[in-house]
Amino acid sequence: MSKKKKLTASLGDKTLRLLTLLMAISVLVLMVWMGWQMFDSARPSIDKFGFSFITGRVWDPVKEQFGALPFIYGTLVTSLLALIIAAPIGLGVAIFLNEMARSGVRSVIAFLVEMLAAIPSVVYGLWGIFVLVPWLRETVEPGLAKWFGFIPLFQGTPLGFGMLAGGLILAVMILPTIAAISVEVMAAVPNEQREAALALGATKWEMIRIAVLPYAKSGILGGVMLGLGRALGETMAVTMVIGNRPDILPSLFAPAYSIAAVIANEFTEATYDLYLSALVEVGLILFVITLILNVFARLLVWSVARGPKGGIS
Amino acid sequence: MHDRLRKYRNRMMMGIFIIATLIALIPLFGILGYVVKNGLSALNWEFFINLPKAMGAPGGGMANSIVGTLIMVLIASLIGIPVGILTAIYLTEYDRTSWLSIGVRFATDVLTGIPSIIVGIVIYTAVVLRMGHFSALAGGLALSIIMIPLIIRSTEEMLKLVSHSIREAGYALGISKVKTILKIVLPTAAKGIITGAMLAVARVSGETAPLLFTALGNQYWARSLNEPIAALPVQIYQYATSPYKEWHQQAWAGSLVLISLVVILNLFARFVFRSRSN
Repeated sequence: MSKKKKLTASLGDKTLRLLTLLMAISVLVLMVWMGWQMFDSARPSIDKFGFSFITGRVWDPVKEQFGALPFIYGTLVTSLLALIIAAPIGLGVAIFLNEMARSGVRSVIAFLVEMLAAIPSVVYGLWGIFVLVPWLRETVEPGLAKWFGFIPLFQGTPLGFGMLAGGLILAVMILPTIAAISVEVMAAVPNEQREAALALGATKWEMIRIAVLPYAKSGILGGVMLGLGRALGETMAVTMVIGNRPDILPSLFAPAYSIAAVIANEFTEATYDLYLSALVEVGLILFVITLILNVFARLLVWSVARGPKGGIS
Repeated sequence: MHDRLRKYRNRMMMGIFIIATLIALIPLFGILGYVVKNGLSALNWEFFINLPKAMGAPGGGMANSIVGTLIMVLIASLIGIPVGILTAIYLTEYDRTSWLSIGVRFATDVLTGIPSIIVGIVIYTAVVLRMGHFSALAGGLALSIIMIPLIIRSTEEMLKLVSHSIREAGYALGISKVKTILKIVLPTAAKGIITGAMLAVARVSGETAPLLFTALGNQYWARSLNEPIAALPVQIYQYATSPYKEWHQQAWAGSLVLISLVVILNLFARFVFRSRSN
C-alpha cells in the first residue's frame, strides 16, 4: 500500500517536471521560431535587393522600389533625440529617488514614474496629436527657428508633425525605463562607499560623484540602452506624430518616417508578395538591432546589479 | 572660500535633481489631465452600450471595442499565465543553472525586448495568412507572446523570494516535490505572482501595434473568435487619426476608459496585494 502511494507521488513529480520542462523549452522554441519566421518571410526581399535594401533611399511600392534608409534614419534620429533628453532627466530622477528623497516621498514619486510607463502608447499618441504637436508648431518650433535657425537642425517650416515631436514623445516614454534601472543599480552600490566618502568630508553631490556614479556607471549605461531599445521599437505614438513621409532631411521640424511606423501603416495595404516581404525585412532590421542592443544592455545591468565582487563589503 | 564654493555647488546639483524629477512628472499630469478633461466631456452611457456610428450620427459608442479587448486579453491570459508560471517553476524549482535554463532566461529577455509590432508581423505571417483571415484568436495569440516573458520574470522573482528552508521543511516531512511546490511554495508566493499577472494584463490591454494586423478591428460585433474583432486601443488609434471632430471626442473618451482600466489594475496590484504580502 505504502509502496503504491510512493509510486503515484513520483508519477506526480514526473508529470510536473515534464510539464514545466516542456513549457520552458517552448519559450526557447518561441524565440527561435519568431526569428526564423521573420527571416523566412523576408527572404524574397532579401534575395531580390540584397544590401541595397539598407542603403536605398527610395521607397516606392508602385514601382517596386524598396529602400529602407529613410525609415532607418527616422528611427535613429528620433530615438537618439529621445535619449539625449531622457537620459539626463532619468538619471536626475534616479539620484533624487535614491540619494535624496525620504521613503514616503520616494514611494509616491517612484509610483508616479511607473505610471508614466503604464500609460498605453496609443494614448501618448492621442495626446501628441492634439496637445504636443500644436504646442510645437505654434510656440516651440518658431522659437527655436528664431534663436537657433542658423543650425540646419532647426530650419524649415514649423509643422509640428515631425522628428522633434517623435523624439519628445519617445523621451517621455523611455524616461521611466532609464530611471527605474538607474535606481536599481544605484541601490546596489554598497553603503560603505557612501559612508567612506562622507567621512572624508565630501558634500552629498561629491559623494554621489565620487562614490556612487562610478560604481553604477555601466549599469546606468545598460539602462540607457534598454531605453534606447524601447524607443527604437515604439510604434503607435511615433506613427501618430512623426508625419509619415519617407524623406531624409536634416531639420528636426521635417516630417519623417520610422521603421515601426511604416510597418503599422502599410502592412495591411501591401498588395503584392514582394511588398509584404519588404515590409517584413524592414521589421527584421528592427528585430536584429533591438536584439543586439538588449543583450548587450542586459549584460551591463546584470554585471552591476548582481552585487559587488570583492571591494569593500 | 573653497568650502563655500563646494557647498554652493552641492546645493545647485541637488536643485537640479529636484527640477529633473519635476520635469519628469509634468507629462504625466499633462496627459492624465487632458485625458480626464476631454474624456469626461465625451463620455456618456451610450459610449458603453452602443456600436460606433457613421460620421455625423449621434450616440456612437465603443461597446464592441471594450468587449473585444476583454476577449483578447482573456485569450492571452489563458495562454500566457500558465505557460509563464510553469516555465518560472521549471527555472526556480527544477533547474536553476543548466544551459537550458540559461537559454530560457536569455529567450525571456529577448522576448521582453522585442518591439510589439514584430510580434504582430510574426502572427500575421504565421497565423493570419495561413487561416486566410484576421481574427480574435490571432490577436489573443499575439498578446500572449507579449505576456509570457513578463509573467516568467515576475513569477521567477517571487519564487526566488520563497526561502529554501520552507522547501526543505517540506522534504524533511517526506512530502513529495510536486506537493511541496504546489501546496507550499506556490501559495507562499501567490500574492506576488498574482500581482505580476495583473501588471502583465494591464500592460497588454493597452497594446495596439500587435493587434493592427492580427485582430484588425471591426465596426460591428464579431460573431465568432474567427472574425476580425474590435479592440479599444485600435479604435482609439483609428479615431485619433481621422479628420473628424466627433471621432476625436470618442478617442478621448476611449482613452479615459483604457487609462482607467490600466491605472485601476496597477493600483490594485500594487497596494491591495503588496501591502498584505509584506
